[in-house]
Amino acid sequence: MLRFLVQRLALAIPTLVIASMIIFTLQQLLPGDTATALSGEERDPEVIAFIRQKYHLDQPLPVRYALWAGGVLQGDLGESIRLQKPVIDLVIEKLPVTLELACLAMLVALVIGVPMGILSAVKRGTAADTIANGIALWGLSVPNFWLGILMILLFSVQLGWLPASGYVSPFESLSENLRSMAMPAFVLGNAIAAVMMRHTRAAMLGVLGSDYVRTAWAKGVSPLRLILRHALPNAAIPIITLGALEFGQLLSGAVLTEQVFSVPGFGKLMVDAVFNRDYATVQGVVICTATTYVLLNLAADLLAAFVNPKLRRA
Amino acid sequence: MTKAAIAPAGVALPAAEPVPRAEPGPIREFWTRLKARRSAMLGLVIVVALILMAVFADWIAPYDPIATDWGAIRTAPSWAHPFGTDEVGHDVLARIVFGARASLGAGLTSVALAVALGLPFGLIAGYAGGVVDMVIMRLTDALLAIPFLILAIALAAFLGPSLTNAMVAIGLSATSTFVRLTRAQVQAVAAEEFVEAARAVGNPPWRIAIHHIVPNIVPAILVQATLTIAAAIIAEASLSFLGLGQQPPEPSWGSMLNVAKNFLEQAPWMAIWPGASIFLAVLAFNLLGDGLRDALDPRQRT
Repeated sequence: MLRFLVQRLALAIPTLVIASMIIFTLQQLLPGDTATALSGEERDPEVIAFIRQKYHLDQPLPVRYALWAGGVLQGDLGESIRLQKPVIDLVIEKLPVTLELACLAMLVALVIGVPMGILSAVKRGTAADTIANGIALWGLSVPNFWLGILMILLFSVQLGWLPASGYVSPFESLSENLRSMAMPAFVLGNAIAAVMMRHTRAAMLGVLGSDYVRTAWAKGVSPLRLILRHALPNAAIPIITLGALEFGQLLSGAVLTEQVFSVPGFGKLMVDAVFNRDYATVQGVVICTATTYVLLNLAADLLAAFVNPKLRRA
Repeated sequence: MTKAAIAPAGVALPAAEPVPRAEPGPIREFWTRLKARRSAMLGLVIVVALILMAVFADWIAPYDPIATDWGAIRTAPSWAHPFGTDEVGHDVLARIVFGARASLGAGLTSVALAVALGLPFGLIAGYAGGVVDMVIMRLTDALLAIPFLILAIALAAFLGPSLTNAMVAIGLSATSTFVRLTRAQVQAVAAEEFVEAARAVGNPPWRIAIHHIVPNIVPAILVQATLTIAAAIIAEASLSFLGLGQQPPEPSWGSMLNVAKNFLEQAPWMAIWPGASIFLAVLAFNLLGDGLRDALDPRQRT
């Protein structure tokens, strides 16, 4: 297990290093003088000179990268020129909001996707299967920002049940927090629910066809017990690992969902930074996203190997 | 058994008589199987209809999509404006029709870019192996470590907001998927006996790659490309929704939604149709992609 862990880490580290190089090089795409472009709206020569010095723009690219990467490793993601704050502070401030949203969305996805997947696998080829597949296709095809707008139209504008925007911290009022997160979490979880449903269906179909399930069936185990106690635990392994991989999708989707519902999270931070031409913040958010994603992949791999010893030799 | 085989030696068969084929060609067989899938055909019909709408937008649209009519601002759907008008008096229907150009154009162009870059790199990685393979795959892994839309937003942010840059950003972000797929397919095909045979008779590697490997990996690429077009259409709409894609007043379904979200109470129709159009286009490509996968899957061939 230790060897496997080391092997996986050895793969994850170069991936992150190269990803950071790509993210750093994005700066080079900026038209014109980098220092002027990085200063955004600011045209003060002093600011531009400060940036030139701060980002070592008079040095060659590899040297600049090394200096930047060294800072990143020590938690220095640069300075938000617009907000006059270290990017790392902004990230730490916004990350909990997005993590809450992502966890609630994952909960929505599991609660909808897994039972639907089990149902459609058990009732394969029936109307229930067709309907479940139809719902999954809807979930995969509907753009989540449009679904958000439709939900605001129905639940906020027409019925007035839920707030259309605004965020309340759970430490202030948990019930208000959940009310403000209900629609964003559902919208974000919707697409993942579809993916979870498909994975669950495929995994359950595989398990239901196996010999031990047939034996249990022949022994006279009740159908409900057969599904929940015998089949589901084995089908759960791919569902868990694939679920962890869907987290990248959650982070992407959060950008749009947060924009629609004005949730002050990670995604909103990125979009605002894009429009404020606050490039250090954009880079900081992207590198944090990539790191989170790689670590989650690693965790998913380890989890899979922990549950299924055969994978450890891979 | 063909007629040539049963004809007595030395007897020439009439040249006009065609040799009957033992089985239909692979393309015809594939088409028959695709036709049998109703959902795939529905997807195909919608895709063709949307492409026609985009191509003939000038003839179909009832109004100029960027002509403002200050006398008809945010008017509800009526006979004159079946989908209503927006905040500056644009006809929503006309903008939906023209918006198909941005959406389908972005979907097709960005995926074409992703395939054009991903296929050669995947071929090289899969066929050459060794250090070249390692370098290409490490780069691909690194790109895959950044979620698709986040990478596209970051690229669009640094390139500057425009539809063309959005297409480039989406295409580059989708490239790594095709590199990975091509490489995996090449490795599977390269182990086959016919490739071994082609190598044994002295074909150079590029010839083997183009004549023997590529034709065998086309189906997998085609399926992935169709499904990626669906993702790319959502990505373009997302970027335009965020203001990083098509710039106003040029129409795009995503940017129409961006404006519409500010007028939900006063003009809900502005939000309904653009979203429905994105949904329909994405659904159509997803249906078609799923159908293609099922029809091309050799495991189903009996």
